Amino acid sequence: MTRDLSSKDRFPGASTGTGVDDMAAGAIIRERTSVGRETGGWRVQRPVVDMAKCTHCMICWVFCPDSAILVKDGRFVGFDLTYCKGCGICREECPARCIDMLNEASCVIDTVGPEL
Amino acid sequence: MTAASNVGSREGRVEGLPASLSGGLAVAEAMRQTNPDVVACYPITPSTIIVERFSEMCAAAEVDTEFVPVESEHSALSACVGAAAAGVRAQTVTSSQGLAYMWEVLYTASGLRLPIVLHSANRTLSAPINIHCDHSDTMGARDSGWVQLYAENPQEAYDNALLSVRIAEHPEVRLPVLHSQDGYTVTHSVERVDLLPDDAARRFVGVYEPQESLLDLSNPITVGPLLSPTYALDLRLQMVEAMRRALDVIDRVGSEFSELTGRSRGLVESYRLDDADYALVLLGSTSGTARVAVDDLRSSGVKAGLLKVRCYRPFPGRQMAEALKGKAAVAVLDRAQSLGAPSNPLFSDVCVALYSHAVHVPLASYTYGLGGRDTTPGQLAEIFADLEQTAQSGGSGTPRYVGALSVPSAR
Repeated sequence: MTRDLSSKDRFPGASTGTGVDDMAAGAIIRERTSVGRETGGWRVQRPVVDMAKCTHCMICWVFCPDSAILVKDGRFVGFDLTYCKGCGICREECPARCIDMLNEASCVIDTVGPEL
Repeated sequence: MTAASNVGSREGRVEGLPASLSGGLAVAEAMRQTNPDVVACYPITPSTIIVERFSEMCAAAEVDTEFVPVESEHSALSACVGAAAAGVRAQTVTSSQGLAYMWEVLYTASGLRLPIVLHSANRTLSAPINIHCDHSDTMGARDSGWVQLYAENPQEAYDNALLSVRIAEHPEVRLPVLHSQDGYTVTHSVERVDLLPDDAARRFVGVYEPQESLLDLSNPITVGPLLSPTYALDLRLQMVEAMRRALDVIDRVGSEFSELTGRSRGLVESYRLDDADYALVLLGSTSGTARVAVDDLRSSGVKAGLLKVRCYRPFPGRQMAEALKGKAAVAVLDRAQSLGAPSNPLFSDVCVALYSHAVHVPLASYTYGLGGRDTTPGQLAEIFADLEQTAQSGGSGTPRYVGALSVPSAR
């Protein structure tokens, strides 16, 4: 990010305090985009894959609403747990029926990254 | 000379290029000169003439515009919102049902502070279906946070099309602008129009320099987020402030345009008003008819005058109060109604403006021209005659109806 928020004149005559003048016109958010909003924390269920059955058809990647399917060299490699909301659409759409949804609370959450 | 946006060229009077154009074709010429990046439109009578002509210009590569023929007016304005949020100059054209179909997107455009320009041809709203002029369509949008300008004739429609871009893109305003001309009466009537030469028009309009855009990948932004009740009012206050500043901006940009063309293009325009006893307040083409009525009455010794409102939103309350102060009686003519309200839209705004500035003038409300009904100088002369009565008896908000064939009787 290249923007210096403190000096940028967000609104003509803007003060640097709190209040009406300090809000960006049109409520445009400059500080971060959706990349900065980690929706993985919303999950109540987590997808897991039986890799023995996965055919790497990419249907889950097509349907995932959060772009949370990780792909490398044309193969499924995992779920991006920073953003996966656990909606279960991948499980619903998988033709090989190799995706299961586990209760999030019962999963060990000490990794951020591919779940194999 | 660099075309710095909204600085203005201050180059002095430029010789106009006379042309015979209808209001619709004149606006298409102005659109060509503003060279919008994106124009997304759906045709609807009587604005179609503008879209058709502009699309020919696109096909002939006379502009650099991405012309997007969408499936509906709702889509048209939505496409303009996307384009404007991506940092480009976006415009659309519509009337009546088309404007009504865009209704939810009008609020999106103003809430996101996008400088979209909508070229409108006033046509009455259905039902019953009617393709002729009244102001019900644009009056329906008067609360939406768009600047609204009205034109009397093809020349003014052309001028407003150029002014609208400057006003919308002005950093102190950043509100979308709707400028309209009476459908058929102005869109399809050919008059002499003095066009600005292309280079002078381009210098006046300038280049759009967005403060931020979705396509600026090194400064990513989120447009249109959820806003909690905690801040909602404060965001609206910003828009109130923008509308307030728009009054001054419209005045200044209008003065700059006057220096360029010799034509007065401020918030209001008076005709023989200074020493008038009786006056009409009007929007749109019937102002032209009123000039004829005023001249006739003046020649028979009646001190008649006209106040034409060019800018309806933001409403020029102070200018209104100053112009009408001391008149014996004033009639406000509306070409639209607000069914169930104490009076018509323009009348109500004039009334509040005078009240807020402690100007006490007897006011009379008239409804005219609904659904394209013609209004004659004779009918306006009758209104002036009625004003002599109004001056005696005091004003009333209850509208009277010009040229009603019959009035429903109370049962």
